[in-house]
Amino acid sequence: MSDAPVIEAARPAGRVLPVTDLSLVVLIGASGSGKSTFARRLFKPTEVISSDFCRGLVSDDENDQSATKDAFDVLHYIAGKRLAAGRRTVVDATNVQPEARRQLIQLAREHDVLPIAIVLDVPEPVCAERNAARVDRADMPRRVVQRHTRELKRSLRHLEREGFRKVHVLRGVAEVEGATVVTEKRFNDLTHLTGPFDIVGDIHGCSNELEALLGKLGYVDGVHPEGRTAVFVGDLVDRGPDSPGVLRRVMSMVESGNALCVPGNHENKFGRYLRGRQVQHTHGLAETIAQMDGESEEFRERVRKFIDGLVSHYVLDEGRLVVCHAGLPEKYHGRTSGRVRSHALYGDTTGETDEFGLPVRYPWAEDYRGRAAVVYGHTPVPTATWLNNTICLDTGVVFGGKLTALRYPERELVEVPAERVWYEPVKPLVGEAPGGHQGRPLDLADVHGKRIVETRHAGRIAVREENAAAALEVISRFAVDPRLLPYLPPTMAPTATSKGDARGGAADEHYLEHPAEAFAQYAAAGVERVVCEEKHMGSRAVALVCRDAAAARERFGVDGPTGSLYTRTGRPFFDDEQVTEEVLGRLRSAIGGAGLWEELDTDWLLLDGELLPWSLKAGGLLRNQYAAVGAASGAVFPGALSALEAAGSRGVDVSALLDRQRERAADAGRFTQAYRRYCWSTEGLDGVRFAPFQLLAGQGRSLAGVPHDAQLAWLDRLVEADGSGLLRSTGRLLVDTGDAASVAAGVDWWLELTGQGGEGMVVKPLGAVVRDAEGRLVQPGVKCRGREYLRIIYGPEYTRPDHLERLRQRHLGHKRSLALREYALGLEALDRLAEGEPLWRVHEAVFAVLSLESEPVDPRL
Amino acid sequence: MFLTITTTGTPENPATDLGFLLHKHPDKAQLFSTSYGTAYVFYPEATEERCTAALLLEVDPVALVRRGRGKGRGGAPDSALAQYVNDRPYAASSLVAVALSAVFSTAMKGQCNARPELPSRPLPLRVEIPSLPARGGPDLVTELFEPLGWTVQVRPVPLDTAFPEWGDSRYVSLTLESATLTVAQALRHLYVLLPVLDDAKHYYVSADEVDKLLRAGESWLAGHPEHKLITSRYLSRRWSLTQKAMDRLETEREELARLAEADDTAVEEIDNAVDPDTDTEERPVPLAVRRREAILEALRDRRAARVLDLGCGQGQLVQALLKDTRYREVVGVDVSMRALTIASRRLRLERMGERQASRVRLLQGSLVYTDNRLKGYDAAVLSEVIEHLDLPRLPALEYSVFGSARPRTVVVTTPNVEYNVRWESLPAGHSRHGDHRFEWTREEFRAWADSVAARYGYDVEYRPVGPDDPEVGPPTQLALFTLCADTGGEKHAGPATPARSDNDREEAAA
Repeated sequence: MSDAPVIEAARPAGRVLPVTDLSLVVLIGASGSGKSTFARRLFKPTEVISSDFCRGLVSDDENDQSATKDAFDVLHYIAGKRLAAGRRTVVDATNVQPEARRQLIQLAREHDVLPIAIVLDVPEPVCAERNAARVDRADMPRRVVQRHTRELKRSLRHLEREGFRKVHVLRGVAEVEGATVVTEKRFNDLTHLTGPFDIVGDIHGCSNELEALLGKLGYVDGVHPEGRTAVFVGDLVDRGPDSPGVLRRVMSMVESGNALCVPGNHENKFGRYLRGRQVQHTHGLAETIAQMDGESEEFRERVRKFIDGLVSHYVLDEGRLVVCHAGLPEKYHGRTSGRVRSHALYGDTTGETDEFGLPVRYPWAEDYRGRAAVVYGHTPVPTATWLNNTICLDTGVVFGGKLTALRYPERELVEVPAERVWYEPVKPLVGEAPGGHQGRPLDLADVHGKRIVETRHAGRIAVREENAAAALEVISRFAVDPRLLPYLPPTMAPTATSKGDARGGAADEHYLEHPAEAFAQYAAAGVERVVCEEKHMGSRAVALVCRDAAAARERFGVDGPTGSLYTRTGRPFFDDEQVTEEVLGRLRSAIGGAGLWEELDTDWLLLDGELLPWSLKAGGLLRNQYAAVGAASGAVFPGALSALEAAGSRGVDVSALLDRQRERAADAGRFTQAYRRYCWSTEGLDGVRFAPFQLLAGQGRSLAGVPHDAQLAWLDRLVEADGSGLLRSTGRLLVDTGDAASVAAGVDWWLELTGQGGEGMVVKPLGAVVRDAEGRLVQPGVKCRGREYLRIIYGPEYTRPDHLERLRQRHLGHKRSLALREYALGLEALDRLAEGEPLWRVHEAVFAVLSLESEPVDPRL
Repeated sequence: MFLTITTTGTPENPATDLGFLLHKHPDKAQLFSTSYGTAYVFYPEATEERCTAALLLEVDPVALVRRGRGKGRGGAPDSALAQYVNDRPYAASSLVAVALSAVFSTAMKGQCNARPELPSRPLPLRVEIPSLPARGGPDLVTELFEPLGWTVQVRPVPLDTAFPEWGDSRYVSLTLESATLTVAQALRHLYVLLPVLDDAKHYYVSADEVDKLLRAGESWLAGHPEHKLITSRYLSRRWSLTQKAMDRLETEREELARLAEADDTAVEEIDNAVDPDTDTEERPVPLAVRRREAILEALRDRRAARVLDLGCGQGQLVQALLKDTRYREVVGVDVSMRALTIASRRLRLERMGERQASRVRLLQGSLVYTDNRLKGYDAAVLSEVIEHLDLPRLPALEYSVFGSARPRTVVVTTPNVEYNVRWESLPAGHSRHGDHRFEWTREEFRAWADSVAARYGYDVEYRPVGPDDPEVGPPTQLALFTLCADTGGEKHAGPATPARSDNDREEAAA
C-alpha cells in the first residue's frame, strides 16, 4: 500500500523521507540535536511550530522552563487549528518523553490525520557542544541533554506501538543533514480525477442486475466508449446469487483503470474471513462463502489482495465529490484515521437498536452542510433522493428493489429493477430514507439558528439567526399545526419605480408605479408573454383543502380538521374552527363541482388567494391607523382652512399657505375614499369573498410551474362551480411585451382598473417558473399598484410633486432578491410536499420563508 | 397640527395685546422652521374686541419616515412614526408641543420687554384644538384641564362616518376657556399636556426631559390631582431604561414587527410575550409568589438539582432557583427573545460571578419542537405555559417535554377557570390574560394530565396553589409528574394526535 504518487522528485544523496501531505510530524531529539535547523531546511516556515517559540509567546523568554505548560497549551492549540483546517504541521520540540508524544498522537487522532515521527538521534556530546556555543543555552546543565538522550534511546523501540504511522530514524549528524523529505498524497486524495463518473450503489452479488446496469450506462465489457469511470460504493458481496461474478467484473474494471471502488462493511468482513479470521457467517456471508467454494485458490488470493488494497473513501473532482460506503460528515473528508475508516464503512450509529434488533443509524445527512456532494450506499431506501447535497444509492436490489447508479456531474439516476427478491429483508424497505423517517416530530435543530436551505430552483439560501428566532416565536405561538402548513407565500416586488419620464406617456409624471415599467422589465428579461391579473385588495390567504377528514388524516396525519386556512405568516385566518371548516366546505364543493379531484387525481389541493374584505382581518389596523388618520385630518382641516381664509380677508398674505392646505385637505379626503373601498361589513361568512389565483399543489404534484393561462382556466371553473358566492374571479389580460399596441392595451386596462378604485394588478410571466438568458429565475410576478391605492402605502399626500420626487428614491434590489429567495423556498416546499418528503423537510423550507419575511426591507415595497 | 388662542378685550385693554404677549405681529403671517416641519403663526382676526392667534404646523411626512430609518441611530423610536400613513401631519401631537415651545419660548417664560406688565395679567382665553389625540378619552381630557382652571368642552371625533359601527376615534375637538389664567400659564399647560394625551413621544426621553417637565410644570403640576399620571406618561414608562438597553429591545422587536406587518396586524398583537402587568421585582403579585413557593416545594420534594424552566418568561422563577444552592443547574427556556433579554437583565447575567453564571443558562427554544439540549435534566417546570398554546398544538408540547426531554419530574401549573368567579376585577366569561388560549376547570386539567401521565409513563399528583376555595378550588392548579421507575428506560408511545381526552385514555391503554 505504498505506491502513492510521488509529488516531489527525491534528491539523490542521503535518506529520502516520505511525509504525507496532511499529517502531524513530530520531531524527536535532544536539545541541540538540530531539530529547528532540520525543520527550517525541509518544511515551510509556517508549517513548523516550536516549543521555544511558544515559550517566548507566553513569557517573553524562549528558555523560561516555568512557562513550559502554558507554552505547550499554545502549541497544541495552534497545531489543532492548523490540522482542523487541513494543514500539515511539524512540531519542533524535544518530544523525548512518552507523555509529550502521547498528547500529540491524541491531537492527530482528534483531527484524523496521520502522526509521523522523525527522530534525530545525534550523539550527546555533539548536542552538548552545540548548546554550549549558543548564548541563550550556555548555562544549560549538561545533565539535561544527558537525560534527553537517555529518554530518546528508551523511546525508540516503542514509537510505532505508541501510534506513529510512519517512523523515520536519522542516526548521526551526517544522516540528519543529508536527509530530504518528499510529500506524499493521501491514498484517498483523487481530487485530480474529474470523471465523468457513474457511481453504482450496493450490488450484493446481483451480477445480472449489475451487467444490465452497466449496459444501460453504456459500458461495453467494463469499458465506457466515452471514457467514463465507474465508482462502486461497496457491498459488492453477500446475500445475492453471484458474489464472485460481481467481484470478477469489478476487480477487472478497477485493475484496468475503468473503475474505482471503496469497500463496504461486507467486503471488510469478507476480507477478514479470507485472511483466516474468525467471523460469524451471518448477514449473507454464508452465501458468499458457498459461492467461493467453486473458485480457484488464485482467485481467492486475488480477491483478498483486492479487498486489502481498498481505500475507505475517495475525494474526487477537485474536492467536489466524496464517495464512500456509509456516508461521511464533512470534517472527515480526506482524513485518515481508524475513526474515519470505520465511519466510512459502517456509518454513525446512535448506540440504540430498533425493534428489528438493527442498530439505529444517526441521521448524519440531516446535519450535512458541506460543499462536496457525498454519494454513498449502505442503508437501503426505496428511491435515491438528494438530501443536503448527499445521496444514498442503496436501493435494495438484493431485497427485490432496484440497482441504482448516479451519473456525475449530470446528477442523473439510472436504475435497473431486481430480477427477483434474492434475500428476504429483516425489515421492510418502505418509508425510511436515511436522515428522515416519516413520523419524526419536528426538532428545533430543523429550524433554529443560522441555516442554509438547499433549493432546486435557486441553490443554497441562507437564513440568519435573528430572523429564524423571530420566525420561531411566530410559528410556535401563533401558527396553525405545521402539518397543515405546507407552504407560505413569498413576498412580491413592485414594478420598477416610474421615473416620471415619457415611457408611459406624458401623464406618468404623476405615478410612482406604472405598468409600462413592468412590461419593459419583462421584455428585458426576454419574457414575451405576460399575464396581467387584477389585484384583489384583501388579505393573503392560503387554503389547504382535503376531500374529506379521511384524506386529511391519511395525507397530513391530523385527526379532525379537513384542512386549514391561514395568513401569510401561518396564523389561522379565523379564530373559530367552525368558520374555517365552513370555508373549506365551500371550497371543497367547488373543487368537486369543477371535477378537479378527478382531473388532478388528488384528494387534497393547496390554493393561494386573497380573502376579502381587507377589513375582515386588518380591522384593528384599519381603525388604529388608517381610519384614525382619516379622522384626524377630517377634523382639522375645516377649522384651519377657515382661519386661513379669515386671515386672508384681513389682508394678511397667506394665499400660498391656504392653497397648499386646500390641496392637502383634498388629498386627505382621497385617502379616506381609498381605504373605504376595501372595507365592508360582514356577518359570519356573509360578505366574505375568496379570490383564488393559483392552485399550488395536489397529491404527488406541484402545480406551481403550470402556466398561468391553464391556472386561470382551472380557477374559472372553480368560480363557476361555486354555488355559495364565496369565490370571486380574477380579471386578466394577456400582453405581448414586444408589441407596442399590446403594451398600450395593458396600460389602458390598468388605468381603467385603478381609475375605478382597484388596487392595481400583478404582471406575471405566462409560463410561471421562467428563467432568463443567463439561466437565472425571473421575478414570478411584479405588482403595479394604483395611484389612489398607494395613498394607503405612502400616505395621503404622497402625490404632491415634492413628495413624489423623494419617494422615487427607493431601492428595489433587496426586495427583488428577497422575493426571488422566498419564491424559490416556496417552490421547494411544494416540491418536497409533492414528492412526499418528510414533514421536517417541508417545514424547513416553509420556516425559511417566514424567517426571510423578517429581514429588514422597506415594508412599503 | 393646528390650534388657536383667542382673547377678548376692551379699548383700554385691547385684545390685540395678544400680539405683544406672543411676540408675533397680528398683521403678518410668520414662518418658523422646527425640527419636524414648518410652523406658521397668523391671526384670523385681530381687533380690539377679539384677537385670535393660530399656530399651524406643517409636518413633512416623508422626512419623518426617512428620519425614522435605522432605529437607535437618532431615528424615531416609535414604530408608528415609521409609517407614511401617520397622524402627525394632522393631529395636535407632541410635535405641536415642541413647535409651541420653539415659536413661543419667550411667551412661555412669561417675558415681554415691550410691555412688562402684560404677562402677569390673567386674560379671558379661549383655546381651540380641532384634532387632538387623546389616549384615555374625553374624560381624561377634562380631568387634566379642569383642575387647572379651564372650562372644558370635548367633542369626540368619529373614526369614519361611513362606518358608524367603528365608533369614535382617539381624537377629540377640544375647546378650553378661562378668565383666570395668563397666556404663559396656558402655553405651559399645553406644552405638558399635549404629549401626555398623545402618549406617544416622538423622540427619546432623555435626562433633561425631567428638567423640562419641572420647569413647565412649576407652580401647577405638584398640586394637580393627576400629577402621577402626567409625570409617568410625560416621561413614559421607558424612562428608567438605559438608552442602550432600549436600543437593544427595539432591535429585537424589528423582526417581529416586520412579521406583524406582513400580516396587517399591529406588532403588539404578536409581540406580547412580555406582559408589563405581570409581577416584577418591584411589584410582586401575591398569587405569583404563592405559585413560586409551590413549585419550589415540589422541586425540593423530588430532590431535583438540574432544573429546566420551560417558558421562563422574565426569569422570576430562574432567579428564585438560583438563590438556592441545591439547584446546581438552572436553564431558562423561552420562545420570546424579548422575554429572554429582560430575564437576562433581571438576573444581571453579564455581571454575574463565574461560579453563579456557570449554574444558569437562558436559551431560546420552543416547546412544540423536540430539543436535544433539554434532555437529561432532573426536572422541568411549565409554570403558566400550556394555556398560551392553542389546544391542537398541545400534543406537540406533550411529546417534546414528556416524550423527548423526559425529565424525572415535571411540574405544570395553569389557572383554574372555576376560580375566576372569585376575581372581583374579572368580568364574567373573560380569561385572566389576553393571550390565554384556554383556561381549564379542575376536571379538565386532571383529565389532560392523567392521560399525558399514562401515555408517557409518569405518575401524577395534584396540589392546590393559593387559597383552596371549598366550592371552586384554588386559583392555580399544579400537577406534579414523576417518571415511573419501571418505565424510565422503556419505549413509550409516540406523539398522540390531538384527540380529545376520552380517546386519549383508550389510546394509552392500546
